[in-house]
Amino acid sequence: MRIGCPYCGERWNDEFIVLGDADALMKRPGEAQFALFYDYVYLRDNPAGRHRELWYHQGGCRQWLVVTRDTLNHTVHSVETARCVAQDREAAS
Amino acid sequence: MSAQPYRVATGGLIDRKHLCHFRFDGREYTGFAGDTLASALLANGVSLVGRSFKYHRPRGLISSGAEEPNALIELRRGAAREPNTRATTIELFDGLEAQSQNRWPSLGFDLLSLNRWAAPFLGAGFYYKTFMWPASFWEKVYEPLIRRAAGLGRAAGADDPDHYEKSFAHCDVLVIGAGPAGLMAALTAGRAGARIILANEDFVAGGQLHGDGGSINGTAAAAWVKGVIAELAAMPHVQIMPRTTIYGVYDGATYGAVERVNDHLLSVPAFEARQRHWRIHARRAVLASGAGERPLMFANNDLPGIMLASAARTYLQRFAVKPAGRVVIATSCDDGWASVDAALAAGVAIAAIVDTRSEVDEALLRLGRRSGAAIYCGGEVVKAHGGHRVGAISIRNANGSDTRHDCDGVWMSGGFSPLIHLTSHLGARPQWDERLQAFVPGQTLPAGLAVAGAACGDFALGACIAAGQRAGIEAAQACGFSAPATEPILCPETPAAVGVIALPRTAAGPVFVDFQNDVTAKDIALAAREGYSSPELAKRYTTLGMATDQGKTANINGMALLAATRGKSIAQVGTTVYRPPYTPVSFGALAGHHRGKDFRATRLTPAHHWAQEQGAVFMEAGAWMRAAWFPKAGESDWVESVIRETKATRSSVGLCDVSTLGKIDIQGADAGAFLDRVYCNTFSTLAVGRARYGLMLREDGFVMDDGTTSRLTPAHFLMTTTTSNASKVMQHLEFCHQALWPDLDLHMVSVSEHWAQYSLAGPRSRNVLQRLVDRQHDISNEAFPYMGAREITISGGLPARLYRISFSGELAYELAVPARYGDATVRALMAAGGEFGITPYGLETLNAMRIEKGHVTGSELNGTTTARDLGLGRMMSTKKDYIGRVMEERPALRDEKRWRLVGLKPVDRSHRLKAGGHLVGRHEPAVTANDQGYVTSASYSPMLEQWIGLGLLSAGDKRHGEIIRACDLLRQSEVEVEVCDPVFFDPKGERLHG
Repeated sequence: MRIGCPYCGERWNDEFIVLGDADALMKRPGEAQFALFYDYVYLRDNPAGRHRELWYHQGGCRQWLVVTRDTLNHTVHSVETARCVAQDREAAS
Repeated sequence: MSAQPYRVATGGLIDRKHLCHFRFDGREYTGFAGDTLASALLANGVSLVGRSFKYHRPRGLISSGAEEPNALIELRRGAAREPNTRATTIELFDGLEAQSQNRWPSLGFDLLSLNRWAAPFLGAGFYYKTFMWPASFWEKVYEPLIRRAAGLGRAAGADDPDHYEKSFAHCDVLVIGAGPAGLMAALTAGRAGARIILANEDFVAGGQLHGDGGSINGTAAAAWVKGVIAELAAMPHVQIMPRTTIYGVYDGATYGAVERVNDHLLSVPAFEARQRHWRIHARRAVLASGAGERPLMFANNDLPGIMLASAARTYLQRFAVKPAGRVVIATSCDDGWASVDAALAAGVAIAAIVDTRSEVDEALLRLGRRSGAAIYCGGEVVKAHGGHRVGAISIRNANGSDTRHDCDGVWMSGGFSPLIHLTSHLGARPQWDERLQAFVPGQTLPAGLAVAGAACGDFALGACIAAGQRAGIEAAQACGFSAPATEPILCPETPAAVGVIALPRTAAGPVFVDFQNDVTAKDIALAAREGYSSPELAKRYTTLGMATDQGKTANINGMALLAATRGKSIAQVGTTVYRPPYTPVSFGALAGHHRGKDFRATRLTPAHHWAQEQGAVFMEAGAWMRAAWFPKAGESDWVESVIRETKATRSSVGLCDVSTLGKIDIQGADAGAFLDRVYCNTFSTLAVGRARYGLMLREDGFVMDDGTTSRLTPAHFLMTTTTSNASKVMQHLEFCHQALWPDLDLHMVSVSEHWAQYSLAGPRSRNVLQRLVDRQHDISNEAFPYMGAREITISGGLPARLYRISFSGELAYELAVPARYGDATVRALMAAGGEFGITPYGLETLNAMRIEKGHVTGSELNGTTTARDLGLGRMMSTKKDYIGRVMEERPALRDEKRWRLVGLKPVDRSHRLKAGGHLVGRHEPAVTANDQGYVTSASYSPMLEQWIGLGLLSAGDKRHGEIIRACDLLRQSEVEVEVCDPVFFDPKGERLHG
């Protein structure tokens, strides 16, 4: 699998470390409520098909990326930096 | 017998001036450069090359290429011995040594061939059904017996002495296969200007052209191939890779390849690799792998001398070898008749031609009659007769009568199947093509991959070349190149290779389908009868196609039999999916240089050579090599060294290399606020010039890492992490900043390797430092108290950082200097400390002293402990949000019965305590139900003069004074221990402030 890093260009996936569901992991609850944190820490969907995931370009620019990947065939549909995604979300809220 | 009695006097792509001596099963033979081991054996009349896997039947060569199921041999000797290599793909070299496999005591006389007579009982599922009872017998009796009887070659049993490499390549167009279609695709795309890699499994380009001869554009095929290769070789953007197998297709247009760089030489030249693994990224790929001929199914169709007709032609024309003297040609397609001319030209007599079809083209019949052979249309080979080689054939005529013909060879053709393995490596299922009577690539090909030539059913030479040309143009255009001018290529018509799969009508003996795994037609029928009738189930039950050849010659016949047994068409039954690798890949190639000590890089600190000079014993700490202790003459074990090093440190001064600690430089206006969120304690209030111990939790509330963080300027912090978690913490901090709080104004970078850092511990540590630190920096107790952190200069201007922090519990400092001054600095410190008897100490003494002080390390920060468990609960701030705060408040994590950090002291001071032992009540049996915790760390304490340890014990913080037992059942030790406070030495911490 190859990921098109916005900074470094297309690279093989051995340069990256995967963390998991980007939308779940980036929505850290603002309120200190146990139920919200339980979901945040433990509950994940496991979709067959398109999935937005966090990948860290450890062997390159050290940026966290949001990679939209098809879990059925590893097609990478889009790559954004997590920073941009997080900033857009903050701007929208 | 003369040398090479079966060599034809002229012709072939062999170098007759270059004689190669080789040994097979200890006997000396000769061949020529350009031979394969297989062709050289045939030239010498060796037709028996192996014994079969299960029944130990004598076997000969069936094919001339990678699909060979029978001729598996052990190549080379000693540590370089390589089992299960195919004689058909081994390039002959002078001095080659090979042995046959799976026979005892010899190939000609194999005792286990008795299995043949037991064959009626050894059918599919025999092992599953028979060795059921008693269950315990499976591991101890049955399996070892079966393994001895069955199985393939022997592994060398010693380290491979050769080097293997890994390489990466990028190209516009990868062309897989250098037969007519592949050559044409490479030439066309190459002329367009695309960067090409042409991967050829063989050592000679041309593919089946060398077996079938013929002409292209009016020149002989071999000359045409030479011309194309010369033109390609002259293009600087084309890389021709002979002896290179593309073995797998992976996501992201990635192809795995193995280049057999030096397998064709007696020994690998110095500084060169035997094999090179390639990972190739190709924007487009053209699969031109050709087609494979299918065996016919008749009784004893595995006897040596029986081979595929196209292979026989290859031996005749490419290698100038006669595989037999008098043959029967058995075919179900026109292409089989192409062997007639080839046989006659080489002086091979044709006893009979059997075509399963009742209607055969008149031109072919005329050709057959000219050869003087008896011709049977609509006939069937019923049975082959012979012992170690076929001696006669029984043929059932169309009218039902039987005829027997003497022969020493059978050349068979059941039609051709496209070699489409690579097309299904990403999961696509092959599709049945009724017109071609073969499976063709499925609808969804791997992205960027096109199939051309015989690999997608264009069997005729003209169609094959045109398809290659088209594929080359399309691939080049897809990469942005404009199509080159092309001219039509003229080829004579070639016989049709489409053949029907003829099922055996009579069973006059075992009919082999999968030669390598000894699967017969009867086994397939049995599997279907017992309900294992889908291709995937039948495959697993019978082991059809599961040998090292992955059923290259077997699968299609197996599927046809399965379909017939179920009364369905092959299209309805389908087939199994091919998976990588196309041919076996050696572990050596996959591992490359990553083996033994080179599995990963070893990291050395700047003081490593100095420590070596001191005679340090090193141990691995993550990727680092760290000094464990510094033995002195007369010290017989590490405990003696630890006692000396500890006492010297605690009474005067010791030096320890702590350069391996993770160091993260964090700068920015919001750096303090950021640290407040990632540490459970507060850092924004830390004064400039001070250090603080920090504890980092995971979001689930457990402890992640610890370390000291110093504030050098208002907007500049330096964080330290444990050695082993350095990269994990960096990754975590980057995540927190980029994905959670991108608006915080800060930057961070890992500086772990930029600084060499030394701990100076002991009452004399300040005295030593004062000799190095430049005068303008006051490091007196008043000016630079405990937990001070400051940028200073030493030795007349060298920038350094000094931290007054202590892991040993003594007055202690850590001095950091730029890494390139690390070696000089350690030597300067040792010289400055000479008059105080400065003593270098290693990890073992560090460990002994920190256990004496009850300080935790990775053994306690092991991912299962909370801050409360470690007695650090009060560090958790209640005034701010931080990672892990909410989840740490879960009731179960605050349960008083949780395993809490305690100190442990053997009651009998002479007893030794070992880490890993479990804690149970004083009088309770050591069983899981009574488990109350375990010993996390243990060491001999030079100050207490006994073994001590730290442990996690249920409600341990409230059980000080209680006597329990530490039981290590693995190492059979049981020690009565007293639970105590984890701080054994200087509990009030008075020594820190000296």
